[in-house]
Amino acid sequence: MNNQNEARDVLLDLKNIKKYYPIQAGIFRKTVGHVKAVDDVSLYVKKGETLGLVGESGCGKTTLGKCIVRLHRPTSGELRYKFGNKYRNLLSLNKKESLDARKKIQMVFQDPYSSLNPVKNIFTAFDEPLKIHGWSNADERKDRIAELLESVNLRADYMYRYPNEFSGGQRQRICIARAMCVNPELIVCDEPVSALDVSIQAQVLNLMKDLQKELGLTYVFIAHDLSVVEYMSDRIAVMYLGKVVELASAKRLYYHFEHPYTEALLSAIPIPKIGGEKRQRIVLEGDVPSPANPPAGCRFHTRCHKSMDICKTQAPTFRPLKNDPDHMVACHLADTADA
Amino acid sequence: MATALVTKQKRIKKSSLAKRNLQKLLNNKLAVLGLFIVVTMILLCIAAPLLTPYDPGKISLFERDSAPGGEHIFGTDKLGRDVFARILYGGRISILIGLSGALGGMILGVVIGSLCGFFGGILDAIFVKVAELVSIVPQLLLVLILSTIIGPGVPNLIYVFIFTGWVATFRLVRGRFFSLREESFVEACRAFGIGSLSIAFKHILPNCLGPVAVQLTLNTAGFILQEAALSFLGLGVPTGVPTWGNIMNAAKEIITITESPWLWIPTGVAIALFVLGVNFFGDGLRDVLDPSQL
Amino acid sequence: MNKQDYILSIKDLKTQFKVGKRIVKAVDGVTLDVRRGKTLGLVGESGCGKSVTAHSIMQLLPKAATIVDGEIQFRPKDKPEFNILKYKRTDKKLRSMRGKQISMIFQDPMSSLNPVYRVGDQIVENIRQHENISKKQAIKKTVDMLKMLSIPMAEERIKDYPHQFSGGMKQRVMIAMGLISDPELLIADEPTTALDVTIQAQILDLMRHMQDQLGFTIIIITHNMGIVADMADDIAVMYMGKIMEYGTKEDIFLRPSHPYTKALLKSVPVLGNGGNERLEPIRGNTPDPSEMPEGCSFMPRCDMATEACNKAAPNVDIGGGHMVRCWHSKGGAPHE
Ligand SMILES: Nc1ncnc2c1ncn2[C@@H]1O[C@H](COP(=O)(O)OP(=O)(O)OP(=O)(O)O)[C@@H](O)[C@H]1O
Ligand SMILES: Nc1ncnc2c1ncn2[C@@H]1O[C@H](COP(=O)(O)OP(=O)(O)OP(=O)(O)O)[C@@H](O)[C@H]1O
Ligand SMILES: [Mg+2]
Ligand SMILES: [Mg+2]
Repeated sequence: MNNQNEARDVLLDLKNIKKYYPIQAGIFRKTVGHVKAVDDVSLYVKKGETLGLVGESGCGKTTLGKCIVRLHRPTSGELRYKFGNKYRNLLSLNKKESLDARKKIQMVFQDPYSSLNPVKNIFTAFDEPLKIHGWSNADERKDRIAELLESVNLRADYMYRYPNEFSGGQRQRICIARAMCVNPELIVCDEPVSALDVSIQAQVLNLMKDLQKELGLTYVFIAHDLSVVEYMSDRIAVMYLGKVVELASAKRLYYHFEHPYTEALLSAIPIPKIGGEKRQRIVLEGDVPSPANPPAGCRFHTRCHKSMDICKTQAPTFRPLKNDPDHMVACHLADTADA
Repeated sequence: MATALVTKQKRIKKSSLAKRNLQKLLNNKLAVLGLFIVVTMILLCIAAPLLTPYDPGKISLFERDSAPGGEHIFGTDKLGRDVFARILYGGRISILIGLSGALGGMILGVVIGSLCGFFGGILDAIFVKVAELVSIVPQLLLVLILSTIIGPGVPNLIYVFIFTGWVATFRLVRGRFFSLREESFVEACRAFGIGSLSIAFKHILPNCLGPVAVQLTLNTAGFILQEAALSFLGLGVPTGVPTWGNIMNAAKEIITITESPWLWIPTGVAIALFVLGVNFFGDGLRDVLDPSQL
Repeated sequence: MNKQDYILSIKDLKTQFKVGKRIVKAVDGVTLDVRRGKTLGLVGESGCGKSVTAHSIMQLLPKAATIVDGEIQFRPKDKPEFNILKYKRTDKKLRSMRGKQISMIFQDPMSSLNPVYRVGDQIVENIRQHENISKKQAIKKTVDMLKMLSIPMAEERIKDYPHQFSGGMKQRVMIAMGLISDPELLIADEPTTALDVTIQAQILDLMRHMQDQLGFTIIIITHNMGIVADMADDIAVMYMGKIMEYGTKEDIFLRPSHPYTKALLKSVPVLGNGGNERLEPIRGNTPDPSEMPEGCSFMPRCDMATEACNKAAPNVDIGGGHMVRCWHSKGGAPHE
């Protein structure tokens, strides 16, 4: 298994990650059920690539992202990360190793307005993490902060300003700089442009691409907008109700989707172009079922336009396609290699 | 390269939060007035020996009940003590009681509130119940009960105020923590591996200080009034010690109220002025410490 | 074209807010024609004045706002046309116009329904304000409408409270409320921004379907270029309180003329391109609306800006009603 990871140059390997939130009710706060926010997800992230994660609201994208950064502890599963040339499970590190791992994996959050502490200036927001992670010289820290701000196209003297003096796009750039201050290898970006104006989105997206090229960063890029994910990613994982239903290269997904959900998602995105070939639109019926009580069998069968009898009872496994082992699908209809 | 950067930063202008907040405070006329009143009165009380030659406790039977004017600006009381001196020296103790009661309550409330709000769980459940118990009894009544139990005296009164005063701050801080701990900037701190206590006290707490400061001023004003009320009832500070409450207490007979107004009007005005000043200042402080308002 | 072909003609509308001592020119000279029975897409970035324009048409502005200038001619089908701005906001004429002839659905379906009343009661109440019919008839009408909007078990669902509905269903209820009195013009202010893409597709489909059946006119407000490409017949591109470019969908997407429109189209990723084309972001940020630059408001961010742009640009028809507010469009050559 490790050999296979080596061959693919895998940086992070998620194995059967589950995250269940307990639902508590009554005065004794008894657990009456679980929200299965992430349910048995296995993925890997290659060094230097961008793995896109798309899906509708509530499908568990943020939860999975936070599990990777260890803001949540998965209910079960393994997070294998490559330290030097050894793979270690991030969930069984000692205290010192754990701090070291935090330096390697960072996160950019969805809401640029709540991501910066309103009473701390930018300098302070950067200074403390740097101090914790071994920058002991105050002058060096200051230089580093100035450098970081300039790397996201902001002026170094902005470091003494407070968050409310910045626009949303500037804040998000600051957040990117902050995540980068400890020289991470992997950054989980949770909808970094959803809260921004259309004309500002491109600034931030391009900046992230440039930084990646320059520093060899690896991204897990979360968004609900497929066009943004497609623009940013090398490979895309489509999530539905806590499960990954399809995983393919970004170039391939648009033309060679296999899962009916991917098809519906793609056809639902309005394209800012007219003319061209007429797209067939698949409008999904109804709403996403509750993750506390997901449908039996294939979770998508209640809304699927190709649903068959077997889908109601038997959950399809997530398997590679016969003719393309890098393209994985969980659907009974797909022509997958036998398990 | 590095030196170039350092020299460049020397020129970077610091716009400190304190400086900006001061500017904001100075723009708020009512707050400035409040601060002016409070500071002036505190200074006057501290400088009492310089302002009046009289000893507030010195009985002078020859000068009993003399009206204002002449040697005694505010006149003398029934035992011939100088009223002006008594107000100044009394102010020292009243303000001390009010401020230290409020400060003590604030510190207690902030510490417990932060811990409960940040960690939640069993600790939180316990303190919420305790706070409920304390606040179920009307505050003045509770103060009355407690001060009859532990007896009068300046330190005792401060303890009583601390014990009854922490609840409001506790609730406030706990509530703010509950909403703030979900914010992304807290998660960003955790992603860097910053410790829990540091997150709670260094990152979240500063966001609560605005309302806490307002609560502090409200409590200070409230405790000064309560001291007056308690001493007026004979439950506060022993009558020998001059406090604003005790001065009022000495003037509570109908005949004094009508015939010798100088025994209570100046003290009443002093209390009213101080409380008003503190409240004005507290109101301004809330706006100043709210980072969303420029 | 005949005047009657336009259901709404806005001329030089100016709406301002007074915030403290500052004046915010939220809408600063909007001129627009809306073709009857068609869909007009009003696009622009956040804060450019789209919602204020819509609220000005309805005369439903907050207290701090005043309409300082302009004219909004509304031409209902079989009634004489009138200038909406000639009437006070509380005038009977406008009260019967709102909801009956023009109705509006809002950005946030979560807060547009009153949480303490049953969904059905809210719609019935709405009908009975405009029509003199019995409660029973009104309920029947409500159920029929909800069925048309494909809400399953409509008879049962009308007894539910708003929190029992999902976001998409709430927005469908809002559409039902908007359409129930058979309006001639439906103004939809970002009807799908708060919703998921799959639900957005449902709602947009539904609006198109209802328009085919009932023949009303739609003004759809959005910041998503994809949605206007999908829905609109005509498009108005708004920036800082002004319409920068106005024309048919083909004009805007195939022959964009204003630098802002061009920049906007190049700054959004297009699905299917696979990240091959690098996006071209627009420089800088939108200026503070109370400190608008003199002259062309897009000048500070425009790559084509020249000396001439220091003066307010003219609104030029470059052919067939394709209006462009720019010194550099053909026909609008700078003249000293
Ligand atoms: N702390 C929590 N406690 C309980 N349930 C939670 C918690 N956080 C998330 N959930 C639930 O888990 C599910 C997945 O949530 P998550 O935030 O991961 O979705 P998401 O894909 O990021 O959605 P969005 O696009 O809206 O951000 C949702 O149903 C949500 O209600
Ligand atoms: N109640 C108000 N008081 C003061 N200014 C306002 C008010 N409402 C809107 N504005 C200002 O008017 C301008 C236009 O606002 P409007 O709501 O029309 O923008 P919008 O184009 O609808 O943006 P969005 O896409 O964010 O909804 C903004 O600059 C805003 O600051
Ligand atoms: Mg999320
Ligand atoms: Mg709006």
